[in-house]
Amino acid sequence: MAPRTRIDPTTALIYAVLTAGTVVVAFPFVWMLSSALKPPMEIFDLRFLPQQPTLDNVRVVLTRTQFPRWFWNSFVVATVTTLSVAFFDSLVGYALAKLRFWGREIIFVTILATLMIPTEMLVIPWYILSSSQGWINTYWGIMFPGLITAFGIFLVRQFMSGVPDELLDAGRIDGVSEFGLYWRIALPQIKPAMAALCIFTFLGNWNAFLWPMIVIQSANMRTLPVGIALFSGEAGSLWHLIMASSALAVVPVLLVFAVLQRQIIEGIVLTGLKN
Amino acid sequence: MATRAQAAPAPWPRLGLGTRRALWAYAFLLVPLAFFLAIRLAPAASSLYISLHEWNIISPDKPFVGLRNFQTLLADPRFARAAANTVRYVAVGIPTQIVLGLLLAMALRRVTRLRGLFRALYFMPFVTPVVAAAWVWQWMYSEQFGPLNSILVALGLPTLQFLRSPGQALYAITAMVVWQYLGFQIVIFLAGLEAIPRVYYEAAEVDGASGWRLFRHVTIPLLNPTLVFSIVYSTIVYLQLFTQVLNMTFQDQGGPLASTLTLVLYVYQLGFQRFRMGEAAAATAVLFAVILAITLLQMKVLSKPVEY
Amino acid sequence: MKHVLALLAAVGLLLGVASVGATQPQVTITYWQYFFESKVRLIDQLIPQFQAQNPGIRVVHENFPYDTYNQKVASAVPAGQGPDVINLFYGWVPLYVDSGYLQPLPTDAFPTQELEREFVPMLRNSRFDGRYWALPTAVRSLAMFYNDDLLARAGVARAPVTWDEFLAAAERTTVRDAAGRIQVEGFGIAPGGQDHHLIREVLFRQWGAAPYSPDGRRVTYATPQGAEALKWYTDLITRHKVGAIDFFPGANGYRNAFMAGRAAMIFDGSFAIGAIRGGTRAKWGVAPLPRRSVGGEASNFGSYWVHGLTVRATGPKRDAAIKFLKFLVSPEVQRVWLERVGELPASRSLVNDARLANDAVFGPFIQGLSYSRATFFVDETAQRQVLMDAVNEVVVNNKSPMQALQEAAAREQKILDDFWTKRAKKQ
Repeated sequence: MAPRTRIDPTTALIYAVLTAGTVVVAFPFVWMLSSALKPPMEIFDLRFLPQQPTLDNVRVVLTRTQFPRWFWNSFVVATVTTLSVAFFDSLVGYALAKLRFWGREIIFVTILATLMIPTEMLVIPWYILSSSQGWINTYWGIMFPGLITAFGIFLVRQFMSGVPDELLDAGRIDGVSEFGLYWRIALPQIKPAMAALCIFTFLGNWNAFLWPMIVIQSANMRTLPVGIALFSGEAGSLWHLIMASSALAVVPVLLVFAVLQRQIIEGIVLTGLKN
Repeated sequence: MATRAQAAPAPWPRLGLGTRRALWAYAFLLVPLAFFLAIRLAPAASSLYISLHEWNIISPDKPFVGLRNFQTLLADPRFARAAANTVRYVAVGIPTQIVLGLLLAMALRRVTRLRGLFRALYFMPFVTPVVAAAWVWQWMYSEQFGPLNSILVALGLPTLQFLRSPGQALYAITAMVVWQYLGFQIVIFLAGLEAIPRVYYEAAEVDGASGWRLFRHVTIPLLNPTLVFSIVYSTIVYLQLFTQVLNMTFQDQGGPLASTLTLVLYVYQLGFQRFRMGEAAAATAVLFAVILAITLLQMKVLSKPVEY
Repeated sequence: MKHVLALLAAVGLLLGVASVGATQPQVTITYWQYFFESKVRLIDQLIPQFQAQNPGIRVVHENFPYDTYNQKVASAVPAGQGPDVINLFYGWVPLYVDSGYLQPLPTDAFPTQELEREFVPMLRNSRFDGRYWALPTAVRSLAMFYNDDLLARAGVARAPVTWDEFLAAAERTTVRDAAGRIQVEGFGIAPGGQDHHLIREVLFRQWGAAPYSPDGRRVTYATPQGAEALKWYTDLITRHKVGAIDFFPGANGYRNAFMAGRAAMIFDGSFAIGAIRGGTRAKWGVAPLPRRSVGGEASNFGSYWVHGLTVRATGPKRDAAIKFLKFLVSPEVQRVWLERVGELPASRSLVNDARLANDAVFGPFIQGLSYSRATFFVDETAQRQVLMDAVNEVVVNNKSPMQALQEAAAREQKILDDFWTKRAKKQ
């Protein structure tokens, strides 16, 4: 049994800095939570903690608005999109990193180029397309632009390039199919990147606003960000409800993060194939 | 069965290994490329087409006006401001985000206690909805009520106007954007650092390297793919900064006096609030060209094949 | 078996009867408005009434977040999508007409003379191309909301009536901390809120500078009088320090400041009554906008959201849409609207109702309506920005009001010129 190591000064310093940093970093988030628990009249009281904390805002959001419906819609969209991205993006990223074929670099740059067109300019063509195909106000309509992303392809390609070719060659010798090389050998090697990709894709879709706002027509198809936007209007914003609903909206994302972030650390340990 | 051994000759001529693999690659790429073509590239092309016309929503006449929209843009001082501001956001934000992200990721790897909690806390900003975050940050910056100015006052220093000052507002917003993306950056770097096999560190340590030298000669080079990704992707994101600026300056978008205006916000206002789609498309085309140029340059300069 | 046959026959007969009724063609029209809880609920209740009065017409009601309403329309239109009847801010009408999205109201269903007789005078500001394109159910004007408790505590006897009194009251109610930072502002100043309307239609005019030429095509506020007016306004921040822009951050922060008891007086529209009533702890009151002198020139800015016919409403849909539009602006609906939504009715007779005029809260707004003007905006977003920038140039960059105003006038003139030249080309 190794003797308990004393904490060396460097590590202590690191802990200190990190802790100080979390104060700065988490402060706005905590303020949001605190505001969520304040009654409306207190929101602008400029005191950090609520004088009369109340779960009323949460209750109103959950029962008097269509929050549950918004939550469900966002959940469907985010989950399906994340699964689609996880599959297609990694497949393409693998091909771009590990397979040799004519046009590889051009295709990569072209895919990368799609990142350079702001969504704001694409929403109108998307709307025209959706309207001609009958996708308006449907789950498919909300999801389709995000099912395959250049972001994920780029990320996976970078990480795949770090996977040793020898592993793949060994697999080929063993008679593994091309798809199997990707699915069974290469993909497990980049678990941390995949976990990161899933977190970000889920989060991006969870918080997406512009396109869902445009393609959603009826109240029961609204996703969370669109629903929360209803709390702002001509006569001002209901900040206590915005804070409460924002706080509630964060919960599933944190859960996804909590589950997946361990993958980012422990992913490597499980594969044990590093030479 | 004997017939098996004489398996029917392959209907295809025997393809070389490389060709077969290439075909597989194309197979993998088929659906995604078709997708990008339909969803991203075709609309972008139509946007370019629109930029050459006077395109106001559904006016039946959409006259071809050549480069006139581009000329209008160049003559608009707000466009120039937006461009200059966008470059400033990138120049200040990217280095800060990368450096801080890397330092914090390395620090987070060192801690053993409360690991998950620390990571979750640093990830919070990225998870906080922009509306809520912007509201809190605006209060933090408030000259009358914000904690930042209260600290200055307590130290006997003059107050800073932050978001009310054309000279400071852009940097104030950059701080908020970096704060928000820090969690993202940390996660990316954590993944990248984890991907470096211990073997290399062990080998280097055997050679007597430690601390800074380890960092410089093992970590950084092996982190290259992650660094390239981070810098390139973050640059693309910053060049398209929009939501944070919109929410932080909602009452006077891009203000005060266009000092925080970004190119995408400019496009948004032009196209969606003033219905001048032709000009908005022209501005998008310019932005796209700029991003493409910068990205290609970055990829060329930064990408270093990893030498083991 | 006999019973089964009888049953089948009965069902068949019923279906036959039902189908006769159903052979009346069903026209479905869509109505879009922005989300505002009481408005949405009211329309949801009114639609069945309308449908009962008009069998054969079905109305689908869709609503969208207020902040991005324009963006929603901007995307739907090029796709050939969108509603048949649309709710829009009157200031957007020229833009929508210019984009070819609205069709003019047919003069047989909506005779011009009748409209001008029925509705409040400022509707005339919406005449465009000699025609009317949309009509309001409700209208709003500006008034001064004041915090009774704060005024009383500062020893201000009554709500100010002149601008000098206003300044004095603001100075007395402003509270600063040890470092000189405003903690309670006397005036919840907000160029990005309703103040830019105030400057344009009230301050300029009262100081002797009409903001635009009568035909609306020329900017005329860049005069020494206009500069005086602007200077008076910006002095509130720079010289007298009775208010600060973005004192409470966020959209319409000035209203939040008022509700939280941190601003003694604000200028706001009648649409804010509901929010202020629900959110203000202190005793508050409403007074008409101040003037330069007692009995001096009065002016006010009025505005309204209108319902218009989009170009999508063709054929039977058009007739149905016209009927729905008439329903929406009818006196009955206006009355219910006042009750449930709290917005002033657009019809002259209703708005001049004595009970309303004597109401402590509605009264000052109604008084203001009688001399309200609704600015003819060709590009509300850009024109609003021009004035906000002018204020900022003086307050932040220390430009002289005259110079800031001249630059603003030049910018705004260009916006107007662009619009009118394009229209001329189209004729």
